[in-house]
Amino acid sequence: MGNDKNVDVSKVVREKDTKTRNENYNQYVNQITPKNSLPKNMIGAFLVGGIICTIGQFFTNYYMSMGADKEAAKSYNTITLVFLSILLTGIGIYQKIAKFGGAGTLVPITGFANSVAAPAVEYKKEGHVFGIGVNIFTIAGPVILYGIFSSWVLGLIYYILKQLDVM
Amino acid sequence: MPENKNLNNKSKMIGKQSLLFNSPPYIIGASSITGKKEGEGPLGHLFDAVIEDPLIGKETWEEAESEFMKQAAEKAIQKAGLTNKDIRYLLAGDLLGQLIATSFGIAELNIPFFGLFGACSTIGEAMSIGSILIDGGFADKVLAITSSHFAGAEKQFRYPLDYGNQRPYSASWTVTGSGAVVLSKNNSNDGGAIRVKGITTGKIVDFGIKDPMNMGAAMAPAACDTIKSHMEDFGLEAQHYDKIITGDLGYVGSDILIDLLKEHNIDISSNHMDCGKEIFDQESQDTHAGGSGCACSAVTFTGYVLKQLQEGTWKRVLFLPTGSLHSKVSYNEGNTMPGIAHAVIVEAE
Repeated sequence: MGNDKNVDVSKVVREKDTKTRNENYNQYVNQITPKNSLPKNMIGAFLVGGIICTIGQFFTNYYMSMGADKEAAKSYNTITLVFLSILLTGIGIYQKIAKFGGAGTLVPITGFANSVAAPAVEYKKEGHVFGIGVNIFTIAGPVILYGIFSSWVLGLIYYILKQLDVM
Repeated sequence: MPENKNLNNKSKMIGKQSLLFNSPPYIIGASSITGKKEGEGPLGHLFDAVIEDPLIGKETWEEAESEFMKQAAEKAIQKAGLTNKDIRYLLAGDLLGQLIATSFGIAELNIPFFGLFGACSTIGEAMSIGSILIDGGFADKVLAITSSHFAGAEKQFRYPLDYGNQRPYSASWTVTGSGAVVLSKNNSNDGGAIRVKGITTGKIVDFGIKDPMNMGAAMAPAACDTIKSHMEDFGLEAQHYDKIITGDLGYVGSDILIDLLKEHNIDISSNHMDCGKEIFDQESQDTHAGGSGCACSAVTFTGYVLKQLQEGTWKRVLFLPTGSLHSKVSYNEGNTMPGIAHAVIVEAE
C-alpha cells in the first residue's frame, strides 16, 4: 500500500534524525490514508446547498406574496430557515443531512444555526450560565468574532477612502 | 516472621522492558457491557449485556459512562464468584478529564483503588499492574476495569453530538461500554485456566502525527515499538502467538503497523487482529476507521478473545491495547499525539 509513491516506509524506520523521520512518516501516512472523494463531496454540497437556498427563495417569495416588502421578506425567510435548522438539529436530522451535504449545509444560515443549537443541547446539563452561556458559541464564536472584526476593518477602510474623496 | 520464598527466586525481569511472572495470575472472571451500536456489531452476541439506552437511565453522558463501569465491575466480580470484599485492589481509568467516569462509577464498590490514565491502552496498563501486584504478593485478587462512551468522548475531544459535520475516513468511532477483568493468585474456575504469563510495558512513542482524526496513525509506531521490544526481550518470533491483538489502531493504523514491523523483519500479517476492526462492521455501521476508546479493546478482549482462549481456538495471544495520549488543549496548542501500547501475554492452559 502506498509503497509505489515517493515515501517508502523504510525511510521512516531507517531515518535517524527525528525531525526528518516524523516528516517522512507524516508523508507516508498521508499516502496510505483513504481520502474523501472531492467530486462526490462537491456534488453533495452543490445539491444540498442548492436545495436549502431554493427553499429560502421559496419562503422569500411566499412572504412577498403575503404582502411583505423585499427586505422584510428576507428577514422572515432567515428566521424561518434558522427555526427549521434548529428543529431538525433537535430531532437529529440535520446531522444526517450534513454528513451528505458537507459545506452545503455549513455555509448557509442553517449551518450557523446548527452550530449554535448543538452546543446548547449538549451543555444544558452543565447549567444555564457555565453550561449553555459559556459554550453556546464554541463553534460559532470564531465566525462571530472575525465576522465583526473584518466588518470593522472594512468600515475603517471605507471611512478613510471617503475622507480622501476616493469614494 | 514467615520466610518470603520469592526472595530466592530468579528475577522476573526479562530484557529491557518486560516481565515474566513466577506465578502467573489467573483470569477468573471478566465482563463486557456495551451500548446498542456495539451490540449490533459482529461481536454483539458475545457481550454480557447490551444496553439500548445510551444514557442508561442517567441524566448525563458522564454519569452514563460511570453506570456502564459500575455494572461491568459488578458483573465481573459476580462471574468470578466473589464479592466486593474479596477484591484487594481496583485498577481503573477512562478517557474523561480527571477520570470522572471511573471515580463516580466505582465509588460505591468500596474497594481500595488506584486510578490509571493510559487513554485507550488503560485495560492493558491495568492488567499489567494488577498482574505485578499479584505475582509480587501484594494482592490476591485485583479488578482491572475501564470504560468509554461515544457521546462523552465526542463532547470532550471533538464537537457536541448534534453538530453536523463530515468525518474523515481515518476517524474512529468511540466504543460505548465497559470491560472488566478479575485477576487472581489462585484459579477458581472449573474449566481450563487462563493466565497472564508476562508483560511488556510500552514507552511513549511520537512520530509527529498531529491529526486527532487519524489516531491509528499516531498509535501505530507505539504498537510497533512495543511488539519489537517484546520479541527482542523474550527472544520470540511473531508466529509464537496465535494472535497478536492490538487495541484500536483501526484500518489505517493496522496497515501502518504491519508495514512498520516488516521493516524490522517481523511479519504479523497472518496473525494480527485489531479490536477496532473487529467490533464494528465498517460497511453497514458507517464507523470509518473502526472502533476506538478504552472500552474498545476491553470489551473485545473480555467478550471475544477470552472466549476463544476458553474454547481452545487460540492457545496463546499477545494482547496489546493502544492509546493516544493527547488532549484537546495539547492539540489546540499545536502539539503532536504521543502514542503508547502495553502488551500482555495471555495463555490458556
